[in-house]
Amino acid sequence: MTTASEAPAIGLTHGGSEDTGLGHRGPESKSIVVPYGFWLFVLSDMVLFSALFASYATLAHATDGGPISNQLFDRNLVAIETIALLVSSFVCGLAMIAAKRANMIWTQGWLLVTGLLGFVFLSIELFEFAKMIGEGAGPQRSAFLSAFFTLVGCHGAHVTCGLLWIGTMMAQIWAKGFQPHIMRRLLCLSVFWHALDIIWVAIFTIVYLIGTLP
Amino acid sequence: MISAGPSGGLIRRAALVAAACLLASACNRGILEPVGPVGQAEKTIMINSTAIMLAIIIPTMLATIGIAWWFRRGNTKATYMPDWEYSGAIEMVVWAIPALTIMLLGGIAWIGSHDLEPSKPLPGTSPALKVEVVSLDWKWLFIYPDQGIATVNQLVVPAGTPVSFRLTSATVWNSFFVPQMGTMIYTMPRMTTRLNLQADKPGSYNGLSSHFSGDGFPGMQFQVQALPPEQFAMWAQGARGQGTPLDGRGYAELSKPSSYVKPMIYGAVAPGLFDAIVANRTPSNPVPTPQHNRPVPGSKA
Amino acid sequence: MFGKLTWSAIPFDQPIPLITSIVMLLVIAAVAVWVWRNGWWPHIWNEYITSTDHKHIGIMYIVLALVMLVRGFADAIMMRAQQSLAVGASQGYLPPEHYNQIFSAHGTIMIFFMAMPIVIGMMNFVVPLQLGVRDVAFPTMNNVSFWLTASGALLVNVSLFVGEFARTGWLGFPPLSEKAFSPGVGVDYYLVALQISGVGTVLTAVNFVTTILKTRAPGMSYLRMPVFCWTALASNLIMLAAFPVLTVALAELMLDRYLGFHFFTNDGGGNSMLYMNLIWVWGHPEVYILVLPAFGIYSEVASTFSGKPLFGYRSMVFATLAICIISYMVWLHHFFTMGAGADINAVFGIASMIIGIPTGVKIYNWLFTMYGGRVRFTVPMYYLIGFMLTFVVGGLTGVLLAIPPVDFVVHNSLFLVAHFHQVIIGGVVFAVMAGYTYWFPKAFGFTLDERLGKAVFWCWFIGFHLAFMPLYVLGFWGATRRMQHIPDPTWQPWLNVAFVGAVIIGLGIVLTVVQLLYSIKTRDQRRDVTGDPWDGRTLEWLTLSPPPHYNFAVLPDVHGEEAYWTRKQTAIKQDQLIEEPDYQPIEMPVNSPTGIIVAFFASLCGFAIIWYIWWLAILGLIGAFAVFVWYAWRDEHEHIIPVEEVRANARERRRIRMEHLHELSQST
Repeated sequence: MTTASEAPAIGLTHGGSEDTGLGHRGPESKSIVVPYGFWLFVLSDMVLFSALFASYATLAHATDGGPISNQLFDRNLVAIETIALLVSSFVCGLAMIAAKRANMIWTQGWLLVTGLLGFVFLSIELFEFAKMIGEGAGPQRSAFLSAFFTLVGCHGAHVTCGLLWIGTMMAQIWAKGFQPHIMRRLLCLSVFWHALDIIWVAIFTIVYLIGTLP
Repeated sequence: MISAGPSGGLIRRAALVAAACLLASACNRGILEPVGPVGQAEKTIMINSTAIMLAIIIPTMLATIGIAWWFRRGNTKATYMPDWEYSGAIEMVVWAIPALTIMLLGGIAWIGSHDLEPSKPLPGTSPALKVEVVSLDWKWLFIYPDQGIATVNQLVVPAGTPVSFRLTSATVWNSFFVPQMGTMIYTMPRMTTRLNLQADKPGSYNGLSSHFSGDGFPGMQFQVQALPPEQFAMWAQGARGQGTPLDGRGYAELSKPSSYVKPMIYGAVAPGLFDAIVANRTPSNPVPTPQHNRPVPGSKA
Repeated sequence: MFGKLTWSAIPFDQPIPLITSIVMLLVIAAVAVWVWRNGWWPHIWNEYITSTDHKHIGIMYIVLALVMLVRGFADAIMMRAQQSLAVGASQGYLPPEHYNQIFSAHGTIMIFFMAMPIVIGMMNFVVPLQLGVRDVAFPTMNNVSFWLTASGALLVNVSLFVGEFARTGWLGFPPLSEKAFSPGVGVDYYLVALQISGVGTVLTAVNFVTTILKTRAPGMSYLRMPVFCWTALASNLIMLAAFPVLTVALAELMLDRYLGFHFFTNDGGGNSMLYMNLIWVWGHPEVYILVLPAFGIYSEVASTFSGKPLFGYRSMVFATLAICIISYMVWLHHFFTMGAGADINAVFGIASMIIGIPTGVKIYNWLFTMYGGRVRFTVPMYYLIGFMLTFVVGGLTGVLLAIPPVDFVVHNSLFLVAHFHQVIIGGVVFAVMAGYTYWFPKAFGFTLDERLGKAVFWCWFIGFHLAFMPLYVLGFWGATRRMQHIPDPTWQPWLNVAFVGAVIIGLGIVLTVVQLLYSIKTRDQRRDVTGDPWDGRTLEWLTLSPPPHYNFAVLPDVHGEEAYWTRKQTAIKQDQLIEEPDYQPIEMPVNSPTGIIVAFFASLCGFAIIWYIWWLAILGLIGAFAVFVWYAWRDEHEHIIPVEEVRANARERRRIRMEHLHELSQST
C-alpha cells in the first residue's frame, strides 16, 4: 500500500506537481510548439544574414577601382522601398487581427495589400539592380558589388518566398477557412514577414545609409 | 684560390650543392632537429607543454584503469556506494586541475606567440638577408632583391644570418615550410606575408609546401642550402648574369604549370618583380644588363 | 539540352571508379530485387520510408551512416595503400587527379554523411523516449530532414560514376576551389550536395531544440532531463547557429563559380581569407555538434554500467553548455599560420585551451561515476574505457596545437591528421559503437552478440592506434597532409604500420556486419523480454522492446532525477507496479511521402545545377514547391489509436514486467 509521501516519488500524482522547480505540465500544445519552432528557424535565418553582413563589411571597400557605394545608391528610391515594406508589415498585422476574428474578406484584403506592397518593394529593388547592372556596376564588377547584390538580393529572395507564401495562404484560407493549423501557419507567415522587415532595417542602415554618407 | 670568373663560379657552386646533398642523406627528423633559434624555441615549448600535460594525463589514464578494475562488479572488497553522486570537494578539484593547467599553458601560449611572431625580425649582429618568395603552380620561386638573382626550388642562405622573407602566391594558397628551420607561413595571392628564420649552421634542409594546392602539390619539395657567409656571397656573385633572366618573358614561361621542377637559377631579375606579382601586374620590361664588377650587397669586399 | 553533361562524364577510361560504380550499382540492384522477392517493399515503405516515427527515422539515419562508413573507409584504405606504395621513385597506383578526389571524398563523406547522420540518428531514436514523450515536435519535418540528408549522400555517390568529385579537400578552400583553378564539376557536386543536406540539418536543429525545450513528460524540468538530452540540446543549438554560416560560405563560392562573382577570387577585389573565416566559424562548432552527443552517450553508459547515478550532474550540464558557447570563440586556431599577428593568435589559442577545461571536468566526472560503483564490463563499457584512454591523448595533442608557436611547425601535418582522427574516432566513433550496442535491443527486441562485439572493439582500438600513432611521429619529421607521393623513403615503414592499422579497422567494420547478421540469426537466444536488458536508469527502458509507435501508453510522471530508476526501485521494493492509470485513445501523426518526394526533386534540381541543365533545375524547384503546397493541403494529419489497443499493449507490458520484476536488477 503506497503511503502519501511515496506517491509523488513514484508518479501517482498527475502533472503540475509541486516540486518541479520551474514546473512543467507536460508537452506544450501545438499552438505554442509550432510558432516556437518557427522562431528558431527565423533566428537561424538571422545568423545567415549575419554571415552575409560580415561578408559585406569585409568587402565593402574592395571596389577594385570600380564604383563605390556613394556613387550608386539613390536615397529616394530606398526611402520609398522602405516605406512600402514597413507599411506592408503594419498591414500584415491588420490581416492577423482580421483572421483572429475569422473575417474572410478583410483577411484576404489585407493579405493582398501586404503582398502588393511587397511586390512594390521587389519591383523597386529589381529596377535598382537593373540600373546598376546597366551602368556596369553589376555583381561581377567587384567584390564589394558581389557582396552588395548577394546581401540585398538574398533579402529580396526571402521577400519573394514570402510573396509565394502569402499567395498560398490566401488560397488555403479561401479553400479551408480559419482552421487551427491554418491559423498557425498564418502566424508563422506574419513572424517571417516582420523578421524580413527587421533585416531590411539593418540593410537600410548599414548598406544604404552608411554607404551614402558624404 | 678558385677563380672568381663565371665558369669557375659555376663549378664552385655545383660542388657546394653536391656536398650539401651528401650531408643531407643522413635521415633528418624534421622539427625535432631544429637548426635555428626559431625552430629551437618552438621545439622547447612543445616538449615542455607535452611534459606538463602528460603529468596530468598519465595519472588520469592509470586512475581510469585502476578504478574500473577495482570497482568491477565481482570485487566484493570494493565498497558499493549506489547513491553517491556529488562531492563539492571533488568538484572543486576536478575543475581546478584543468583550469590551472590551462592557465599555465595559456601563459606559455601568450608569451610564445609574441616571442615567435613570424613577422618579428630576429635579433642578430648581421643585417638580415632579404628573400622574396613566390609560390607558383607547382614550384617555389625565391628572389634575392639585393643580389639581383632568383632561384627555383632551391633556397640558398648564409648560415648564422637572419633571413627576412616576404611571401606571396601567384595562383592559389600554399604554405612555405622548412621543418628544421621552424615556423611555416601561408602564401596567398594579392597578399604579402612575412616570416623571419635563421639557420645557425651550414647544411642542407628539406623544404615543402604544407598547404594543398592542386594536382602538382606533391612536387613542391625544395632544398635549403645554408652556406658559410663568405661562400654565400661568392655564390650570389657568381650567379649573376648566368642562365636566363627572369623578366616578363621568363616569368611567363615559369608560370606555366609544371611540377617536380629541378632547381634553376636566374642570373637577373626584373626589378620590383615581387611587388608586381602581388599587385597582379605581370612584368613586361626586360631586365637591365647586370654590371659584373659591382660588388653584390651583403658580401664582404 | 543537357548542359555540360555528355557521355564523357562516365569514367570509361578509369578502371577504379568504373569498376567501383558497376559493383555498387549491381549491389544496389541485387538488394532491391531481394527485398522485392521477399515482399518487404510495402513494409519498408510504410514503416520506414514514409515514417514519421522518430525511432524509425533514427534507424534510417544510422543505416545511411553505416553504408557511407563503408564508402568513406574504402577511400581511407585506398589512401593508406597509396602512401605506402608511392615512395621515392614510385608514383603508386593513384595519380594525383584521382588521389585528390579520394581524400576530398573521404573527409566530406565521413563528416557530413557518416558522423552527422549517425549522431543525429542516435538523438532521433533516444531523445523523445528519454523525455517521456511520443515523438519529436515536428514529425513530418523530421522525415524530410532525413531524406534531404540522403539526397546529399546520393549526389556525392553519383559523382563517382558521372563526372568527378572535388579535388580540393573536404572544405574546398578558394582560390583552388574557384572556377579558374577547378573548372570541372567536382567542386559543384560538393557544394550542391552539402547545401541540400544542410537544409535538412537546420530543420533537424529546429525540431530538436523545440522538442527538448517545449515537449517533455509532466514533471520533467530542465534539471531532471537525462544528460544525453542536455548534450542533444547543446548539439542542436550549435547546429542551428552554425549551419547558416556554412550555407553562406558555400553559397558565396557557388555565386563565384556560377555567376562570376568576386567573393573569393584572385581578381576583382576578392578575399580568400574571408572564406577561411566563414568556413571555420562553422567548422569548429561542427565538431562539437558531433562530440557533445558522444559525451552524452558516455554519461548514460557510465552510470548504467556502474550501477550508480552520474557523478556531478549539474557540473556536467554546466560543462556541456560552456563547451557549446566557447566552441564559437576558437575558430582562428585553424589558421594560426595565416599571419594574423601575435595578439590575435594568442587570444584564440588561449580560448581553444579554455574549452579543454569543461572537457577535462567531464572525464573526471565519469571517473567518479565508476568510483564506488559495480562496474559491468559490457561492450559499451569497453568503449567508454577505451574512449577515456584514447580521447585524453587526443586532447593533449589538441592543446599542443592550440599553442600558436607549436602550431607553426605542425599545422597541416600528419600530426594534425592524427590529432583529429584521435578525437573523432576515440570520441565520436567509440561513442556511436557504444550507443549502437546499448540501444540496439530497445530498437529491435534482442541484444547483439557480446563476444563479437568485444572483438569489434579490439579491432577499432588496436587498429586505430596502429593507424595513427605513426602519423604523429611522421608529423614531427615534417610530413604534411594530402600527399599523393612520399618524398622520404625513411617514412615508409611507419606508413606501412599505418596501413596495417587501417586493415585492422577494416576487419572491425567487417566484424560489425558479421555481428549483426549472426545476432539476427541467433536472436531468440538473446531476446530482450522485459525491455530493460541493462538495468537502465532512464525512461526509454520503461517501454517494451521495441516500443509501440506511440512510445508510452500514458506519459510518465517525473519526480526527481532518474525518474525511471526511482520508479523501478520502488516497484521492486514493494513487489508491485504503480497503480494502473486511465488509458485514453492516442493521436499520432500519419505517415507522409513528402520527404522522399521533396528529396527526389532536390536531387534532380541539384544534379541539374551541377551539370548546367537549367530547364531541369527549374523543373526541380517547381516540383519541390508543388510538393510543399500539396502537403500543406492535406486534411488528415493524425490517426487515432483506439483505447482498446493502448490498453491491451499496456497490460501486456505490465504483465511481463511483473513477471520479471526481480530480474531487472543487475548491480547487486
